[in-house]
Amino acid sequence: MIGDWLDIGPVTQISPGNARTLPVQAPNGENLEEIAIFHTMGGEFFALVNKCPHKHGPLSQGIVHGTVVTCPLHSWNISLKTGHALGDDKGCVPTVPLKVDAGRLYLLREAVIGAMAPERAA
Amino acid sequence: MTALHPIPTDRPERLIVIGNGMAGCRAVEEILARDATRYTVTIFGAEPRVNYNRIMLSPVLAGEKTFDDIVINGADWYAQNNITLISGDPVVSIDRAGQTVTARSGRTEPYDRLLIATGSDPFIIPVPGKDLPGVVTFRDLDDVDKMLAAAEKGGHAVVIGGGLLGLEAAHGLALRGMDVTVLHLMPTLMERQLDEAAGWLLKSELERRGQTILTGADTAAILEKDGHVAGVRLKDGKEIPADIVVMAVGIRPSTGLARLAGLEVERGILVDDHMLTSDPAIMAVGECVQHRGACYGLVAPLWEMCRSLADAATGTPSGYEGSVTSTKLKVSGIDLFSAGDFSGGEGCEDIVMRDAARGLYKRVIVKENKLVGAVLYGDTADGNWYFDLLKRGEDIADIREALIFGQAFAMGGGASNDPHAAVAALSEDAEICGCNGVTKGMVVSTIHGGACSLDAVRSQCKASASCGSCTGLVESLLAITLGDEVKAGPKTLCKCTKFSHDDVRRLILEKELKAIPQVMQELHWTTPDGCASCRPALNYYLLCAWPGVYVDDQRSRFVNERMHANIQKDGTYSVVPRMWGGVTTPNELRAIADAADKYGARMVKVTGGQRLDLFGIKKEDLPDIWADLNAAGMVSGHAYGKSLRTVKTCVGSEWCRFGTQDSTGLGIKTEQMTWGSWMPHKFKIAVSGCPRNCAEATIKDFGVICVDSGYELHVGGNGGIHLRGTDLLCKVATEREALDICAAFIQLYREQAWYLERTAPWIERVGLDHVKAGLFDDPEAVQHLAARFRYSQSFMQDDPWARRAKGEDAELHQHLAEFRPFPTMQIKEAAE
Repeated sequence: MIGDWLDIGPVTQISPGNARTLPVQAPNGENLEEIAIFHTMGGEFFALVNKCPHKHGPLSQGIVHGTVVTCPLHSWNISLKTGHALGDDKGCVPTVPLKVDAGRLYLLREAVIGAMAPERAA
Repeated sequence: MTALHPIPTDRPERLIVIGNGMAGCRAVEEILARDATRYTVTIFGAEPRVNYNRIMLSPVLAGEKTFDDIVINGADWYAQNNITLISGDPVVSIDRAGQTVTARSGRTEPYDRLLIATGSDPFIIPVPGKDLPGVVTFRDLDDVDKMLAAAEKGGHAVVIGGGLLGLEAAHGLALRGMDVTVLHLMPTLMERQLDEAAGWLLKSELERRGQTILTGADTAAILEKDGHVAGVRLKDGKEIPADIVVMAVGIRPSTGLARLAGLEVERGILVDDHMLTSDPAIMAVGECVQHRGACYGLVAPLWEMCRSLADAATGTPSGYEGSVTSTKLKVSGIDLFSAGDFSGGEGCEDIVMRDAARGLYKRVIVKENKLVGAVLYGDTADGNWYFDLLKRGEDIADIREALIFGQAFAMGGGASNDPHAAVAALSEDAEICGCNGVTKGMVVSTIHGGACSLDAVRSQCKASASCGSCTGLVESLLAITLGDEVKAGPKTLCKCTKFSHDDVRRLILEKELKAIPQVMQELHWTTPDGCASCRPALNYYLLCAWPGVYVDDQRSRFVNERMHANIQKDGTYSVVPRMWGGVTTPNELRAIADAADKYGARMVKVTGGQRLDLFGIKKEDLPDIWADLNAAGMVSGHAYGKSLRTVKTCVGSEWCRFGTQDSTGLGIKTEQMTWGSWMPHKFKIAVSGCPRNCAEATIKDFGVICVDSGYELHVGGNGGIHLRGTDLLCKVATEREALDICAAFIQLYREQAWYLERTAPWIERVGLDHVKAGLFDDPEAVQHLAARFRYSQSFMQDDPWARRAKGEDAELHQHLAEFRPFPTMQIKEAAE
């Protein structure tokens, strides 16, 4: 994918099976949105907006299994690959393209900005 | 009950069965199912025990089952059906003219019809040393006992024979801790069932598990030392040390008795399509017979023979036409299936799919647009479908392109997500359970007949009651047939496993499994790293089983237990410091008030458990607020955990004019003993100073009601969705006894309840009597349980807040970085 990539640091910051967050801030320091970056037990990395499509639970705090995270609020299962809710639940959370290069994690800058609520990003 | 045909005499006919094994007993079952009054049945058995499932000896050896688990017909079955069982006294001769049999003890019994079901004998290769102590076969429970005795001492085991039976023996011995070498004469393991590629995958997997596999190994002699087996020498001169040698090279029909009686015998006892021997009064069935030139050593054909035999013996002959067989290996974690002819040859075409990453190998063999063979390794879900196509000789021209991708793909025109679709598409006469020869139609009619659970289906038509590998298919049929009305059997832990909670807990102990990935590997989890249901359950089970040894896996904790605070709907947390017995001090209250101000708690709430709850704390601030609360002497209140929550008290005899004992003091002692303990679910305690019960002790998991003469101890109360008053457990005289029984009850609950099962449903499920028996039947049980609880507590009573406040697991509370795209595009910490 072509575009500006945002270096968010070394892969070692997130151990397998865990997730960490990247707040995107307004000039006044207010958090506009959080991006959750996941490292699966299988060794893959994914980035999603840190908001369950159901009731906006922080997905970064859920249990990661396979390429799925279970939301900590009401146990919706969200695909880390597509952001879609699995099973009988319907909904989708935006994903953010992520690449690993030479041991560092990169997010696609425009996707990070675009992931925020449109009226605020404008 | 009316017989279809008149009984020829005024008394039932006397049926004698020689052989108390699977075939003999199944034949009797089939006859009784058709006509319960036609025969009086006597069964002679050589082994001194009731009828058991011989094909399940492998799981017994592997420690996955006990003998009781594999009994097919217990003593009550013989009694209920008026069957005389003469066990441990084998028949030694048949007098065909006089129609009597004579047993070793001299006992002679007359018969009208005789059924020979003597099965087969293990083949012993004729090498020097074959009779040494320590050389065993793998045929009956005595053999298993010998192997278990050897395994107890440890050391080296050599299994001669790399076929189905040999590999299952090797697997069992390896699981029992022996150093196992398998010697196989042919270049490919299980060469009668597998092709080279699948044999190689199997060999690699077994070697990865630590077994030594020698193919092309021709045994020259079994070596001796001090009168016991000591090793095996191969024809190429190589010697392998052995403390036990298992001979599993094959079986041959046991025909001695029939031959002696003058019946026609070739490799096996010759029978016609109605299982009649050359003497029309004598039938034979099972591994001892030869039918249309074929002898069988697998269980499915035996069942087909038994049905035809029973049809003929009750006057409605159907005729047995021989069997097509398929094979599955009963080695946990190895999925392997084969059926039909896979040797290739003229006009045969192979369709192969491999997936190295997943260790998959699938091969189907097609001849003239018909499926003639299939070999599957790594994924055997479509085995039954292929076997069905093969047996029915169906034309597969239309689905040939998609055949290798399995039924769901081939029949649905693409990958189907409905796991039941494949089963729904099976024909009525498709075989579901190979062990018991049960078709889809039979399972469905059993379900329509009222079997609404897996257990009911298993007991009524025997589908999936033997090796259990078709459990998934039966479950699908239940779901398709009944929809939501399926009654859950023993619940599996989650969809990642076929094992129940109890099975998993037992196997963790038996197999000494001490890590989550190990449990998943050994218990054949179907997902790579479990799900949000099984990970926390396994983490708890391991923590409970191996205190001080198992390392808690934070990734398997629900958010609240990982963050040591309660997540709220807006993603902030609430913080509850512990107040022992609900008693606090002005100093603690000041610290709580200061913390509420400093960290912007938007609400301070008194909880139902007599604590103060601070709402709206950010995850980044948690370590700091805990540090402040620690500084005032407070520790985590565990208001977030599947753990001891609170001990609620009333003021008791110290203040109250009705109080009979120091309920506040006992509550504090109880809380100091129990705090920090992880449990299957949350656990609440209360201590009331008199029967007015102001602390509401009778809706707690453990409640104490103080009375003049001592303490009433109550258990299993719940004030949640399903209100449940406690059951009275017992009454004791002293605080010491009350504390010991509290500890013992908690430990019993910790060791026996399913994860996420409160004490109330646990007691409803197992019964109060079970709990009382566990605590009081053995006079030392309370002390043993309490000691185990206190030992576990010695590792648990370590304030998690203090560790986090000192910086442990800091990354759980910190952001990775911050990103400020407007307007300066700067990024803190990590550079762009």
